[in-house]
Amino acid sequence: MARVAVTVPPSAKRGEIIEIKTLAQHEMETGFRRTQTGELVPRDIITGFVCRYNGVEVFRAELHQAMAANPLIAFTTVAAESGTLEFTWTGDHGYLANQKAEIKVV
Amino acid sequence: MRAAAFFFAVVCVWLQAAEIPLAERRSGYEFMGRETRAMQDDDTTNPALFSLLDGEQLWNRPDGTAARACAGCHGDAAQSMKGIAARYPTVAGGKPINLEQRINACRVEQQRAPAFAYESKELVALTAYVGRQSRGMPIAIEANDATRPRLEAGRALYERRQGQLNLSCSQCHDDNWGKLLAGSAIPQGHPTGYPIYRLEWQGMGSLERRLRNCMIGVRAEPYAYGSPEMVQLELYLMWRARGMKLETPAVRP
Amino acid sequence: MTTRRQFLALACGTLAAGELRAQLDPNIQAKRKAALEAAISKVVGDAPVRPGKVKLDVPPLIDNGNTVPITVTVESPMTEAIYVKAIPLFTEKNPQPYVLTAHLGPRAGRATLSTRARIADTGRVIAIAELSDGSFWSDAVSVVVTLSACLEDGLI
Repeated sequence: MARVAVTVPPSAKRGEIIEIKTLAQHEMETGFRRTQTGELVPRDIITGFVCRYNGVEVFRAELHQAMAANPLIAFTTVAAESGTLEFTWTGDHGYLANQKAEIKVV
Repeated sequence: MRAAAFFFAVVCVWLQAAEIPLAERRSGYEFMGRETRAMQDDDTTNPALFSLLDGEQLWNRPDGTAARACAGCHGDAAQSMKGIAARYPTVAGGKPINLEQRINACRVEQQRAPAFAYESKELVALTAYVGRQSRGMPIAIEANDATRPRLEAGRALYERRQGQLNLSCSQCHDDNWGKLLAGSAIPQGHPTGYPIYRLEWQGMGSLERRLRNCMIGVRAEPYAYGSPEMVQLELYLMWRARGMKLETPAVRP
Repeated sequence: MTTRRQFLALACGTLAAGELRAQLDPNIQAKRKAALEAAISKVVGDAPVRPGKVKLDVPPLIDNGNTVPITVTVESPMTEAIYVKAIPLFTEKNPQPYVLTAHLGPRAGRATLSTRARIADTGRVIAIAELSDGSFWSDAVSVVVTLSACLEDGLI
């Protein structure tokens, strides 16, 4: 099971800018490394990340081989309304990870 | 080769390298840049996080023919494991034993499950989880009748020159700490945060793995995982770091 | 031209033969420079890229090139009228120039992004901000990457 971790404040004031930190467990194999016998280790990375706030995309990123292993993506969003933040990671070889976080906006 | 190594050990053992005064000891944490330290400090983004989560799962999972979980006997790790990692390695029946070996002993004897392989994801995760429960506590290895002979053996290994580069641990980490080796600062070599997330490995690993890296670095044949030499050296290193705070799981370059 | 990293690697024998072949391409610097320029052109087209508004926070001396924490902040009110649309991040000396491209909008509140990159060799890290009015701004930081001491050479 693809492992991810997100940190979202459980509640915020309306209009407040909140910090979101996301971490995905992934080796991010670049495809540039070679084995001891010289063969190329094939690429296997996360290529995309999306954050949706009550279904509306508020942040998106394309990732490339130069992202470190266990990629961290931290960004901000405005606490507009109570609801669900949904995070989706996609990558090579059908990699897919999903995480939801609830936020209460007062 | 062994005879030659022993000969050199005997010849060199009188060369007591300068020990770092207790008050001048600094953790590897202090030799890292601000940003790397921040990686360790933030629990939500410490790359060791997933290993800790794995460890917690393993702690709670019934295993072996006895179908017992660690939690079955030890309950909440935050209570029962507090202070444990700070006291390992220990000496039992004259034999030095490290935390990984203690965990495996429990697995085999209590859970009746096969021991985890050294450096396996599971063993590192469980060791990290147990170690985490002692975070912030001072390392508490004592020099007493039981440990002293093993400590002396460990110290001898630490001070002996080895490998094609003919360097001892002590020459870099006692005599030249703080100076730069190929652009990286030489730390004092205190195992204050193991198992660590090493940026070079892009993953978690034990103290033994790091020591093997050092030995390969000086072109010496690395001690086998779990060997008496290895555990004695670990014991000596932890004793050398006595009183320093445990940072498990640490991030190191 | 053999970089210090390549020389050290040769001296320490830490690279396998195959990797050595790939690293010793004499045109490698020119190729990578061209790839970086092409990547940036793809984002900005013909538009000028002005230094400013963008602040790229990267440690100047990197502990380990495998994981380099990077934070990009762009001065912008992030309103519907004017906001940062995208932040592509590049490196100069990696086998390929892209790190990540973030897409934002007014709902971000602040134009800020933190991540961790792999940086293969001493060189520049470049962040570009694409604003909603079609302008491009950038910041670049030169970083020094050193080889780690005490590697495994595959002998975990």
